Amino acid sequence: MDTLITHSSILIIGILLLAAFLTPLVGRVSERARNILVIGSLAFAAALVFALARDISFNGIHVYALGASSPGLATPEGFMVPVRIVLEVDGMSILMGIIWSIVALAATVFSLSHMSKETGQTRFYTLVLLMVAGGFGMMFTGDLFNLFVFLEITSISGAALIASRTRFADTQEGGFKYIVISSVASLMVLFAIGVLYSQYNLLNVGALAQAMQYTMLDRMALVILIAAFAMKLGAVPVHMWLSDAYSVAPVSVTVLLIAASQSCMYALMRTCFTLYGVTADLTAVGWIIIVSGILSMFIGVTMAIRQTDITRLIAYNCICESGFMLVGIGVGLAVLADPGALAAYGTTAISGAIFHMINHALFEGLLFLAAGAIFYRIGTRDLNQMGGLGHTMKFTAVFFLLGALASSGIPPFNGFASKILIYESVYQFSPILTIIGIFVSIITLAVFIKVFFSAFAGAPLPRYKDVKEVPRTMIAAMAVLAVMIILFGLFPGLITDWIIRPATDALLDQAAYINAIVGAIP
Amino acid sequence: MEHIPLNFPFLAAALLVAISFYIIIFKKNLIKLIMGIAMLASGVNLFLVSLGYRAGGTAPIYTDVPEGPMVLAVPQALTLTSIVINVAVLALMLTMVIQIHRHTGSLDSEESRKMKG
Repeated sequence: MDTLITHSSILIIGILLLAAFLTPLVGRVSERARNILVIGSLAFAAALVFALARDISFNGIHVYALGASSPGLATPEGFMVPVRIVLEVDGMSILMGIIWSIVALAATVFSLSHMSKETGQTRFYTLVLLMVAGGFGMMFTGDLFNLFVFLEITSISGAALIASRTRFADTQEGGFKYIVISSVASLMVLFAIGVLYSQYNLLNVGALAQAMQYTMLDRMALVILIAAFAMKLGAVPVHMWLSDAYSVAPVSVTVLLIAASQSCMYALMRTCFTLYGVTADLTAVGWIIIVSGILSMFIGVTMAIRQTDITRLIAYNCICESGFMLVGIGVGLAVLADPGALAAYGTTAISGAIFHMINHALFEGLLFLAAGAIFYRIGTRDLNQMGGLGHTMKFTAVFFLLGALASSGIPPFNGFASKILIYESVYQFSPILTIIGIFVSIITLAVFIKVFFSAFAGAPLPRYKDVKEVPRTMIAAMAVLAVMIILFGLFPGLITDWIIRPATDALLDQAAYINAIVGAIP
Repeated sequence: MEHIPLNFPFLAAALLVAISFYIIIFKKNLIKLIMGIAMLASGVNLFLVSLGYRAGGTAPIYTDVPEGPMVLAVPQALTLTSIVINVAVLALMLTMVIQIHRHTGSLDSEESRKMKG
C-alpha cells in the first residue's frame, strides 16, 4: 500500500495512458469488456487520487522524480538543480485531481448510454482516456515543459472528441475553432517557456520560482502565459470559441471540456501565485484579471438571454461563471503583496474562487448532462421545439432545476456557498464588484427559469407523447453530481475545512512548494 | 557559423511569429490559417533551437566528443517534442478542414460559418 501511494502520482497518469492504448485492442474482442476496462481504469485512478489526497493531508507535498534512485529525490547529488521530470502534487493540485476524477467518471458513465448509437465508440473511449490522462498530467506536473506537453494532449484529444460526430457540420466548426485556439495558446506557452529557459536554464516550476529575478523578459513571459491560459479558459475577450465548441460537442465531452478549462484556470493560478508570487508586483495583473472577469460575467449572462439553443445557453452561462472565479483570483492577486489585506479578505476571495471552481464543474456538468438527456430523447436542442417534457422526464427535470438553482447561487445549493465567499470578500475590496456579481446572478436565475418553463413545464405536447425517461446509467451519472451539489451546499463548512482551505494555503505558500523541490540540496 | 551575428536567428524567429499572427488573425481562408499556425510553430521552434546555440559549439552527443563548447541539449529535446506534437495538430486540423469543406463546400471562414451570436 505504501509503495502504491509513493508511486501513485505517476500511476494515475500511466494507468490511464495504458488503458487508452489497450482500449482499441480490447474493443475488437467485446464491447462489454471494453466498457469495463474504461470505467475500471477511471475508477482505479479516482481511488488512487483519493488515497493520494489523504497522504498529502498527513505528509505534505508529494514529490515524484521519474527515474530517480528514490522517488522523492528531485535533485540528485552533484547537481545544483532538479534534472529529472518531476511531478509535484500539493493541496491545490490534488483538489483539481479530485474534481477531474469525479467529473471524468460521471461523464464516462453517462456516455455509455448516450453514445451507444454512435459509430466509432472504441476510438471515442480511447480519446476520452487520453484526455483524462492529459488533464491529470497538467495538474500534477512540477515542470513547465511537461505542462505544455499535457496541455497539448488534452487539447488534441478534446478537439477530436468535439468533432467526433462527423455527420454534423457544426461539430466540425466547433472542433476546428477549439484546436486553432488551443494550438495558438500552447505555442504561446512554449514561447514563454523558452523566454524563461533562456535566462535561468531551468524548466522546473519550484526551481524557477526560486531563481526568479522579475526582469523585463520575465514580465513578458508572464503576460504571454496569462494571455495563453485566458484564451484556453474562455475569458472575455477571447471567449468566442467557447460557446461554439461547448454547444456542439457530445455533452459528456462538454463536461470534460469544462474540467479541462478549469485545469487551465489552475495553470493560470500556478503561474501567478507559485511561479511569480510575491517577488513580482502583481497588482496590475490582478486588476486586468478582475476586469476580464467582470466582462465575462456581463457578456456571458447577456448573451445567454437571447439563446434558443439549450446547450449554447448553458455554454454562455459557463463563461459567466468563470467570470466569478476570475474576479476572486484577481482580488487575491491584487492584494498579494499586502499581508494585512490578504489576511482580511484576500485569502477568502481565493478560497471562494477555488470553491467555485469545484462547484462550477459539478453544476454546469449536471446542466449539460440534463440537456444531453433531452437531446437523447427528442433529438433537438432548440428550446422553441420543446415543451411539457417534465411530465415524462421527471428525473431529468429535477436534475436540471437543481443545476439551475445552484448556478444562480440560490441557497442551500453549492453555488450559493462559494458565491457568498466571493461576494463578502470582494465587497471589502470594492463594493461595486459585488453589486455587479449579485445582479448577474439574478439575471442568471431569470434565464434558467425561462429555460425550465419552455422545456419542462406546460401541457404535454402530442409529438412527445412517447418520450420516456432516459436509461439508468444516464440517471446514475446525473444523480452522482446532484448528490454532491446538495451535500456541498448543506455542509460548506466541512468542505472548506477539508479541501478548500488546504488548497488555498498550498497556493499561497510559495516557499513550501520551492522547498519541496530544492530543499533536498545538502 | 561564427560570422552570423548571434541575435540574427532571434530576429528571424520574431519575424516569423509576427507574420504568422498577422495571418492567423486576418486571413479568411482556412488553409492559410493552418499555414499560419505551422509558421508560428516553426518560429517558436527556431527560437528554442537558437536559445541553445553556443558560438562554435558541436552537437551534444557525448561519445567521442571533440574539444570546445557544446550546444545545449535541452532546447533541442524540447524542439523535437514540439515538432512531433505540431505534426499531430496540423494533421487533425487538416482533417477537420476536409470535413468542413465536405459539409459547406467552402473554405472561406465567413461563408462556412454556421454559428453566430
